[in-house]
This record gives sequence, structure tokens and C-alpha cells, in this order.
Amino acid sequence: MPELLDIVDHVLAWADDGEQVEVCAVHERETEVRAYERQVEALTVAESQGIGIRVVRDGRQGFAHAGTLDLDVLAETLAEARDNVAFATPDEWCAVAEPDGVAPVELDLHRASLADHPTEAKVAAALELECLVSDADPRIVGVESAEYVDSITESAVVTTTGIRSTSRETGCYLSAYVLAGGDGETQTGFGFSIGREPGDLDPERAAADAVERATRLLGAVKPDSARLTVVLDPWVSAQFLGIVGSTLNGESVLKGRSLFADRLGEEVGASSLTLVDDPTNVAAFTATASDGEGLATRRNVLVEDGRLLRFVHNNYTGRRSGGASTGSAVRGYASTPGVGIQALVLTPGTRTQAEIVADVADGLLVQGVSGLHSGVNPVSGDFSTGAEGLRIREGALAEPVREFTIASTIQKMLQDVLEVGGDLEWLPMRTAGVSLVIGDVTVSGA
Amino acid sequence: MTGIDVRPGRLLDPSLLRDTIHAALRTGGDFAEVFVEDRRSMSALFDDGRVEELTGGRSRGAGIRVVFGETTGFAHTADLSPEGLRSSAEAASAAARDGGGGNRTVVFDDGQAPRPGAVAMMPADVPKARKVALLEEADRVARGEDDAICQVTARYADSRRLIQVANSDGLLTGDDQVRTSFSVSCVAAGDGGMQTGRESVGHTVGFELFDRVDVADLARRAARRAVTKLDAVPAPSGEMPVVVGPGGGGVLFHEACGHGLEADLVAKSASVFAGRRGEVVAAPFVTLVDDGTMAGEWGFYAIDDEGQPAGRNVLIEDGILTDYMWDRLRARKEGRDSTGNGRRQSYQHLPMVRMTNTFLAAGDADPDEILADTERGVYVAQLGGGQVNTATGDFVFGMTEAYLIENGRITAPIREGNLIGNGPDVLRDIDVIAGDFAMGSPGTCGKDGQGVPVGDGTPTLRVTRLTVGGTAA
Repeated sequence: MPELLDIVDHVLAWADDGEQVEVCAVHERETEVRAYERQVEALTVAESQGIGIRVVRDGRQGFAHAGTLDLDVLAETLAEARDNVAFATPDEWCAVAEPDGVAPVELDLHRASLADHPTEAKVAAALELECLVSDADPRIVGVESAEYVDSITESAVVTTTGIRSTSRETGCYLSAYVLAGGDGETQTGFGFSIGREPGDLDPERAAADAVERATRLLGAVKPDSARLTVVLDPWVSAQFLGIVGSTLNGESVLKGRSLFADRLGEEVGASSLTLVDDPTNVAAFTATASDGEGLATRRNVLVEDGRLLRFVHNNYTGRRSGGASTGSAVRGYASTPGVGIQALVLTPGTRTQAEIVADVADGLLVQGVSGLHSGVNPVSGDFSTGAEGLRIREGALAEPVREFTIASTIQKMLQDVLEVGGDLEWLPMRTAGVSLVIGDVTVSGA
Repeated sequence: MTGIDVRPGRLLDPSLLRDTIHAALRTGGDFAEVFVEDRRSMSALFDDGRVEELTGGRSRGAGIRVVFGETTGFAHTADLSPEGLRSSAEAASAAARDGGGGNRTVVFDDGQAPRPGAVAMMPADVPKARKVALLEEADRVARGEDDAICQVTARYADSRRLIQVANSDGLLTGDDQVRTSFSVSCVAAGDGGMQTGRESVGHTVGFELFDRVDVADLARRAARRAVTKLDAVPAPSGEMPVVVGPGGGGVLFHEACGHGLEADLVAKSASVFAGRRGEVVAAPFVTLVDDGTMAGEWGFYAIDDEGQPAGRNVLIEDGILTDYMWDRLRARKEGRDSTGNGRRQSYQHLPMVRMTNTFLAAGDADPDEILADTERGVYVAQLGGGQVNTATGDFVFGMTEAYLIENGRITAPIREGNLIGNGPDVLRDIDVIAGDFAMGSPGTCGKDGQGVPVGDGTPTLRVTRLTVGGTAA
């Protein structure tokens, strides 16, 4: 297939005078192997591509996208984007991004070894993972899924205003979801390992995590309702941070949908909280040198010692709020650039989870949550989610618990942070996890 | 690639499909299938007092599946040329371990495909200005409803999905699926902070949707929901009776037992309902149905994404678990027919067992009497989404509009939160069902990273015991 840059340049050449055009294209190759009962359950080999075209004229924008790079469809897609322009309300801040002089950092996100990795080895990795989890513990009664997945992604963003950005990256992961059983009950657990090339993957770790998470919940009971100190496992705190990140988004702020819209410069959390969004950190799996509008990404300190310092912006929200983009445009090819955190991390403390737990007299370790999309409202701040984990009594992990909720508000939880752990862990999401201790959370159970 | 025939079942020429299946079977596969899709979509977004953008989308391609014993090989491509299809067929068949030379000849049945849903007004033929005008009306009405409304987002969307399915059993069929939807979200601001309200409607119909749906009414309800919640008190915490209003409770069944009745999860013993066919799982007045044939509903289609006609499948009848939902792969293993529940998000995904329109059949109780008979509890008028762990049965669902029940009467609105329960327990704890059945809002069901449109419905019902996840004692 032709080079991605040639294709986007081809479309850009069709731009008319008086219009700004932005073309974003993505090409991805993916392999997915699922093992089940010592056989390959499914092997998927896929190649996909897509393009999104945004046209801006006189402060109005129109957009169209297509899941193919065929020339006839590209012409149709540009025509559709152009046709859509006329219906938008003029907005003086609406514009395609322009080069802002910030040079992108050099990030090495591509590994040739992945492209050369034979399918047989990928199949073997998935089968090995299933064996590891199945054989690890007699209480493991089933493996719902054990898989190896990898992808090689190339993308390009070019504009008539002079942006030319390309990137390519590789990624792969192993993940297992297991069933542990005994005495008529079943508990589940997952584990994973993620990297940029197969050599980064640690199947033993993925298997051990899945087995431990499932087996330690065996015998779980519904806890009594109470107000407790909770310790959020890194996997859970990362999801919580994702919600916090959505409230620090320039679009939410400008459109009156952020809790923190009027709070710049104020204390919004405990003094132990420093939140940095840094997609230039190569350790993050979502690291990227350029954002969804092709601008260089940068390190943005959003909250420092509990004080709110800034919001993240794309070109539109940055300009409209009297500043500029923070390099925080996020998108797929099928949407216009939105705004969002890209690699948000809490500055870690020093202690391990075990050390933290030892100081909790009466609390709860939350290892998993469910229903974050249905029970958390980032506009009002109401926070309520299903949870499972282990009670903490007198500084030690005690009985497993399930079928309960934890609830508070986002505002209050940030204020009630008692400690940030030292166990920082990058996860396959736009946030990193760390053990996080939050006081005065309502546990609803029996 | 041009000249695609838009009649259902006619995206690609049958001879090309047959050649592709032959290529896919060359390494000895037991079954091969080509799924072709051409999807066009359009959406318009009104936000922050202005028409922000109109978006057009196009996606087309084919997914090729080859089954060898317990192994499935899958590949997909956006290249619908003979070369593109052949190369994908080879990639899909590479999962064959023995590589035995297959040399089967496929002959397609001439059977008629079921008729797609009738569309009175094809959305693509409706001027964009008319769609935009609906958004402007929604914004104006919502803002006019109450001074507390400070932000309004309205979205219009339509899509047309042409699919074609051909397989080595000789099946050749297709469908033409047109969907239209509209939603309004409002933010209200008061002394106690901000609250949100949302209303949405979506049907497998064309633009004639707006002959029967008044967007002004939708906007008013969304606005009122946000304003009502400004006075909300913290939700209670702990176990109590929960009454779910008509139309609002479908998500409860979708999560409490719907997913657990999907044959793929059952086959892996990843469901608390595995091995329980024929058992009493609920009170004798509980009947749960998954029905893909409900014309016009959000989860309706003529054929599923494996070419099987949609079915009306009774899952729980008079409290007894009667059957699971099946796709072709799982049904083949059991030597039975698929129930028409094999669905996929797009040609880029493998099909699996999915729900369509899942509903609890009406009972005969009086909804007012159910409330009057509830001393203390929570009344949920609108549910948000939910999530379930099918292996343990634990599930949550959100309440986006709910009230306290005190002394048999609905009193103060309560703040948002999740409720948590366990599927088999909750089924047993339903103690009364009213006769006021209604379908709920359109939903997108997520499973294994794939989203598909689903509908649901319930009459008013009561669960004697659910855990409400609020913060109040």
C-alpha cells in the first residue's frame, strides 16, 4: 500500500482557496490469538485504515470520515466534509491548528522485532499463558480467556496551515481472565502484561496476578455498610484518575460542565496530590510525541500540592480561553479533535501497598470496580461504583468482600486523600495507577 | 471499487463470494463465511448554543471467518476486490493446523432473505437543514424550560448498514438496517452545584421517527430531569426495596440475567446460569423474552450478522429458565439452530452471542398499589447503564432519576449512584410486576470491546432487596 503521508498529501492538494483542511489518517495491523482448553480458539489477522477530513471556512467546520483509503472514497469524504461546513454556526475560535514552534520530543515507540515476530510464536504465547493460569492453582476451574494481542500503528496529521506530523508505534499484551471455584461459588480475576515488543511481556506475572485476584476472593461475603478508609489498588486508582482528568478538560470547563471551572489557583485536593499529564514520558503506554491535531505534546502540571494550576486544551479551547493549545487534542480518525488527558500520573509517594495497609486499622482494599460509567457523574461529582476486594482489620488484609458499592463525591475524595503510594504502575489506559488511600468513603453492603 | 449494488444481499456478486469461500476452505476448514458490510452514517451536534459540527461517515469491507474444529480463523479487509478478498481468505484459513487440502464446492440457496424493516423516509434523502432545525428546537425548548438550565447538548444521528452474509452451508442473504436517533443532555446549575438530565430516543426506522417523536417534549423532559435533581438529597446506603418504573428497568434484566443467558459464556461455565435450564429461577409471574423481531425497535433486524433470521426467544417462562441465546458457532456444537443472536459491531469483528430487544413481560398489578405497599425504599424512574460479572452474577446499574419512597409515597429526588445486586438473587426477589409495560431508551451494549444497539423494556416492578450505593446512612 502507498505511504500514509502520500495519501494525506494527496487529499490536502485538493484544498480550495479560503478553506483550511486537516487530514488525519491511520493504518493499523493487528494480530489477536485467543487460547481455550489448550487449543487456539480464534486467530484474527487484521489490517485496517481510516481517514478523517476536517474543513474550516469562515469559522465553520465540517467533518467526514471513512474506513478506507481508496481514492474514490477519499474524494467523496472531502466533498461530504465540505458540504457539512455550511450548516455549522460561525465561531471565531474555530480553526485548524497552526505550528506553534514547540518541537516534538524524540520518542522511540516502534520496535521492528514486533513486525518480524512470527504468528506461530504469538500462538505459542497465548497457549503458554493459558497453561500457566490453568496449572497454577487447583482452585482455578476455568479460563474464560487467555490471549495475545499486538498492533503496529502508523498515523499522520497534515494541514493546509503547515502541520506535518507522523508517528508509528508498536504494542502488545498478554491477558488472562480466570475463574476460581470451590463450594458452589465462582470468583474471577484478571492479569495482564503489556509492552512494545514480545520480549517485554511477562507471562508469569500476568498469570500470577489473574490467579491471585481470583483465588483471594474465594469465600467473599457482602460487607456491612460502614464509612471506611479505602485503599484503591493501582488498577482502580488509575480508573479514578481518568474521571478526575475528564473534569480538568478545557472543553468541559468552557462549556460549563466541569466541577473545577472556577477553581484555577485554588486548593482542590489534599496537599499530597500532584497530577501531571505527560505524554512525552516514554514509560507511558499512551506516550506520543504529537497530539491529535499534530502539535507537539508536552508535560502539563495540572495540580501541584493540591492546588489547581491548569486545564488541558486543544487548539479551539486554548484559543477561546485566551491562551493556546497544551498539545492535548485527542481523537481517532472518525472524530474531530477533542480534548483530554493523555498520560496522567499522580506523583508517587514512597511506601509499598503492604506498608500502607499495615497502618490502616479498619478499612478496605478495593481490587476491582464496576459501573464507573453508570454511577459516576463527572458534572455533579457524584461517585458511586460497585466494588470487590478485601477488608483490612488491624493493619492486615482480612476477609474477601463483594457485592457492595463505594460512594462519595469526586470533590470530597480528592480532599480526603490520606496517602499516595510509591508503587507507580503504567497501565493500558491514559492514566497510571498507584495505591491511593482515601478516607471517609461510604461502603454500602448488607 | 465502485458500482456497489445497494439491494440487500447484493453488495458483492455471488460468484465472487463463492470464490472467496472456496479460497477460505482450501486448507481444510469445516465452515467458511464472508460477511460484507457497507455502512454510511451521519450525525449533527448542537452544543454550547451553536451547531458545532456535522459529520459524515463511511465504512465498508468484509470479514472472513473459517472454522476448523474448535479453532476459528478470522481476517478482515476494506479491499473488496477479488485480490483483496482472496488474500483475506488465505489469512483467515492460515489458522488451519493440518493444512489438509479442502476442495468443496459451495452452491448457494436461492431462498428469499427476510424483508428488511420498512423505511418510509430514508434519512440520507432528508435535507441536512431539517435535521439541524430539530437540534435548534431542542436547544431552545430546553433552555426555555427553566432558568437553571445552563448548558444543552443535542445530537441527531442516522445510519444505513447494508450487510451480506454468505457461507459454506450455501447461505446467501442480506439486510438493510436503517437507524435514526436523537438525544438531549442538559446541565442545570443551582446553589448545591450542577446536575444533568438526559433523554434519548432511537429506532430502527428512517426520518419518519419524528412523525411520532416530538423533540420539544424530549428536550423538556431532559431539562426537567436536571432541574429536579438540583434539590436531590444524598442517596441512601444499604439494602432496601427498590421499585423500578415502566421502561426504566430493562437495563436491570439485561445485566441481572441477560448476559448470563448468552450461550458462549454459558459454554465456558462463565455464567451463574450454566446448567440451570428447566430450573425455577424466578417467581411464576416472571417471563423474560429476547425478541429481535420487534419491528422498529433499536435492537431489531431481519437477519443477524451470521445470516440467521431474528427470533423471538423466551428465556424465562413463568419463572422457569427455558433457553439460552445462541449464535451459529455455539449452536453447531450443540447440534441445534442458532436463535438469531449472532451479532458483531462491524465487519472488523467476529460475531458472538448478543441480546437484541430484551424485555420483561407485563404482569397484572397496579403500579400505584405497588408504591403504596412499599413502606420505605427507592423508586428508580430512569436507569443509566450497568455492568455485570456473569461468572459471579454480581451486577450494578446506575440510577439517573430516582426518588425516596417514604410511607408508600414518592418523596425527595436522590442524587445519582449505582445499585448493586446478584442476578439469581434479584430474580428470586422480584415480588410484584405491574401491567404498565413500556420500552426504554435505546442502548449500546458492550461485550468484549464490541458495541451493538439493543433495546429493552419493563413494566413497573419491585425487587424486595437491592443494595443502594449512596452516601446517606
